[in-house]
Amino acid sequence: MQPSARLLSLIGALLLLAAQPAMTAGGGYPLDSANNDVGNIASLQRGARNFVNYCLGCHSAQYVRYNRLASDLSISEDQLVNNLMFAAEKPHETMQIAMPAEDAAVWFGQPPPDLTLVSRSRGTDFLYTFLRTFYVDDSKPTGVNNLVLEGASMPHVLWELQGLQRKVVTKDEEDREVVSLEPVTAGTLSPEEYDAFVRDLVNFLDYTGEPMQLERQRLGFWVLLFLLVFGLFAYLLKVEIWKDVK
Amino acid sequence: MNAARAEAVGGGRGTRFLNWIDARFPFSKLMREHVTEYYASKNFNFWYVFGVLSMVVLVIQLVTGIFLTMSYKPSAAEAFASVEYIMRDVEWGWLIRYMHSTGASAFFIVVYLHMFRGMMYGSYKPPRELLWIIGMLIYVALMAEAFMGYLLPWGQMSYWGAQVIISLFGAVPVVGDALVEWIRGDYFISDITLNRFFALHVIAVPLALVMLVVVHIMALHETGSNNPDGIEIKQHKGPDGVPLDGVAFHPYHTSKDLVAIIVFLAAFSLVVFFAPEMGGFFLEHANFEPANALKTPELIAPVWYFTPFYAILRAVPSKGGGALLMALAIVFLFLLPWLDRCKVRSIRYRGWIFKFALGAFAISFVALGYLGLQKPTAGVELGSRIFTFVYFAFFIFMPIYTRLEKTKPVPERVVFDGGH
Repeated sequence: MQPSARLLSLIGALLLLAAQPAMTAGGGYPLDSANNDVGNIASLQRGARNFVNYCLGCHSAQYVRYNRLASDLSISEDQLVNNLMFAAEKPHETMQIAMPAEDAAVWFGQPPPDLTLVSRSRGTDFLYTFLRTFYVDDSKPTGVNNLVLEGASMPHVLWELQGLQRKVVTKDEEDREVVSLEPVTAGTLSPEEYDAFVRDLVNFLDYTGEPMQLERQRLGFWVLLFLLVFGLFAYLLKVEIWKDVK
Repeated sequence: MNAARAEAVGGGRGTRFLNWIDARFPFSKLMREHVTEYYASKNFNFWYVFGVLSMVVLVIQLVTGIFLTMSYKPSAAEAFASVEYIMRDVEWGWLIRYMHSTGASAFFIVVYLHMFRGMMYGSYKPPRELLWIIGMLIYVALMAEAFMGYLLPWGQMSYWGAQVIISLFGAVPVVGDALVEWIRGDYFISDITLNRFFALHVIAVPLALVMLVVVHIMALHETGSNNPDGIEIKQHKGPDGVPLDGVAFHPYHTSKDLVAIIVFLAAFSLVVFFAPEMGGFFLEHANFEPANALKTPELIAPVWYFTPFYAILRAVPSKGGGALLMALAIVFLFLLPWLDRCKVRSIRYRGWIFKFALGAFAISFVALGYLGLQKPTAGVELGSRIFTFVYFAFFIFMPIYTRLEKTKPVPERVVFDGGH
């Protein structure tokens, strides 16, 4: 039938549209998959630790409340106060920083952005790749540059852990440039440990971007189940009512 | 049946109450005219569910919107944070917000399909021209509603999208710049703009929308619903005055619509609960960054439901010409009842010319939507121009090709396979 064929093509076109990747990579360097799991509480706890120790000095997460974080990540109040709350007095406060934005703008060229939602604006793959692709570049005031965010104003805060890398450009068989990184100095973590460290951190940022995401999916399952059952009875009702229409 | 049962009970308390109401307000009369004795064709197919689905989405948007206004703060300093407050601290706030944001896109999906249905089956043709015009007014109001609502989260795309669209009014000769300033209420998009958009989004436009929907349904019930065969069921009535091919809106169409509503809600829930960003199409990634007047995003693209028109805008080298063409793209839709000269309504009995033209139109609309999302390259520009031409050719040449059409004979009674 004509209309149903047209319908299928329309749906197909819409699906094609939805399948298009909408996230822009930025510098053109291919992004590695973060492959993180927001259901992994241990990873989130490590990520929270990493965030508080390495990021929270300059970056706020101003919509994240400490006590919500603790309850979502199964952290006790003692653990929270003693290990995570270095920048707050009360557990109901949010993750603010002391550094004034005006000063930060002078020091770094622009104030370090709030990171609560960065996983939603940039994507987890971007963050995972960004934090692993700093390389030595003496022409920059920070001494480093980045493969996915060319000219990033952020210094390589995690250099002690990762060590320093330099950029190597080689040519492949078809004479295209291939960019890779090779270590200059070793860090305190092995490359695998460093990747795991960053993955935990990105996992935590994935959580802060949307703290209710697991609850959302859990509830969604029940809603769909209800609609399925309701839909079945509604269909039977329709068949019953329509059976005398000839 | 209800009346018979009431009689058997001997005029119980319920009947007496209903009589009391009916003596003062035409409740039973309205119910009969618009629900239990409103007859619509029994052969409605899949395409006939999108009208009622639009109403469902309208209700979703109104109810979730009311709850959002309880926690949202329409100020440039607080708007972005208040949305995150809703997402994190308000009980069920995330669900309400995702329903509203998904509802915006869902509204356009069902309305576009509803309009396409009208085009396929000639629902705009006499005597339903006014019904079509009122529907088009709803569509224009809906675009205004969506556009102003998109500014409220005060994200980067809210801000820059509004900046681009409002600046289009600057293309109006002589008064352009003054007009832009008047709309913004300021020299740039500011707190003042946000406040007035909030007022228009939550009061003025919804009020207009609801009234237009009421008028749309009144006009529909005056002419009667069209059907996939595009013939008048009123021409064949039984001895009781009921159209032979018609069935009552309630319980027949309501029971059918209920199934459609549940299927729709399941699809809606899949997005709300499992993909609320819909890969950046329903909630754009850049909108998770607060509005920053000093930082232009890499790529400013409106939300998907505006991109066909955005592609038309970009297809023209001059801003004035682009804005004019964009406006004409909407105006031509209004004129459809008078551009189409074919006497046959339904695509089932129309010639290949119209089938081809409508197919080309649908493809051009989807293609323009796709192109409007892309970075402006030479290829995108060329594609936009080709499909813009196809889009307008559909309307401009319509009076000619619809007259040349060789139509098939139209049946006397509707084609019905027993409801399977």
